[in-house]
Amino acid sequence: MYDDKLIVGYDSSDDASVYLAREDLAIVQTVDFFPPIVDNPYEFGLIAAANSISDIYAMGARPITALNLIMVPSCLPLDVVREILRGGADKAWEAGLVIAGGHSIEDEEPKYGMSVMGLAHPDDLWHNDTPRIGDVLLLTKPLGTGCLTTAMKVELVSKETEGLVIDTMARLNKNGSEAARFADVSAATDVTGFGLLGHAAEMAGSEKACTILLDSKNLPFLPEALDQAAGGILPAGAYKNRSFVGEKVKFDPSVPLEITDLMFDPQTSGGLLLAMPEADVSEYLSEMERRGETASVIGQVTEFRTHPLEVR
Amino acid sequence: MKTVDARGLSCPEPVFLAKKAMDAGEYPFAVLVDDTTPLENIKRFANQNKQTIKVYEADGEYTITFEK
Repeated sequence: MYDDKLIVGYDSSDDASVYLAREDLAIVQTVDFFPPIVDNPYEFGLIAAANSISDIYAMGARPITALNLIMVPSCLPLDVVREILRGGADKAWEAGLVIAGGHSIEDEEPKYGMSVMGLAHPDDLWHNDTPRIGDVLLLTKPLGTGCLTTAMKVELVSKETEGLVIDTMARLNKNGSEAARFADVSAATDVTGFGLLGHAAEMAGSEKACTILLDSKNLPFLPEALDQAAGGILPAGAYKNRSFVGEKVKFDPSVPLEITDLMFDPQTSGGLLLAMPEADVSEYLSEMERRGETASVIGQVTEFRTHPLEVR
Repeated sequence: MKTVDARGLSCPEPVFLAKKAMDAGEYPFAVLVDDTTPLENIKRFANQNKQTIKVYEADGEYTITFEK
């Protein structure tokens, strides 16, 4: 069925679907769920919820309601299920959205996530593949969660870093998104399973419209991530992302392998990648600082050079 | 030669097993894997630890020999 009010749907690689309810009101809808990435069920609930809500923030919308989706084996103690849901409820509270219901089924491996609905004025929506030439690119969370959660499985990471990884994944992209509302954002997405370069490739588009130029020296990384990556603690997704992005990216030969590996590292509940005019950057950075967060300027959008992505 | 069979294991297990064999210090030893992800990861691990390795491929399986 075709409905011309569905303004963002399957044919786009955007972060969520968008339905035009009224001329001045867009409904943004998304769904995401995954198996536990950390041992603690409460923290898993926080992370899964932050990750689900993130797509709404990446569209420049405001989340309003969510439905829980939970899959658990029948042998899982009820306390554990409650802890997962408590994590989700706490994140929903922090995001200012209402959990309106949900659905649970039995499954061999636990999984949790949410379907989230958000609202926005259609003119305020951000798309992920419309970067403007000349704009600057910002990233709101450090990279390395895929690599470090892999390392955490065999306890290769210090407790301090482990806590930081969990906090990073559990952090909402609320501030990153709200702090940019004033800015003339030309493109936005959240960095998740395809890694920084996979999502940057989507942003650059396929029409040779521009080149996204990334400065490897300005990339934020979680502590210990570079060392673990250099030691070969990378998830299979990092290699899949590398082969998927393939010829779209040109690396300067001086960029170390562990940095390029982490640029392909699949992220769970990663930060926002935002393109905005250079003139808006300092106000955005001070607003982020005021909210107790940081963002890094990691690159810029230029006229098409030789590849959609260039890293130096 | 001691061979560590890491076939069918997902990361980080193969690297973890290679590290255990390296720490045991009985050179040469080999790690057997059946996917390119553990192969690439073990190459990086060997490079970080200044190990000399040789890779032999047959039928989609890789034998990675640590010489020292």
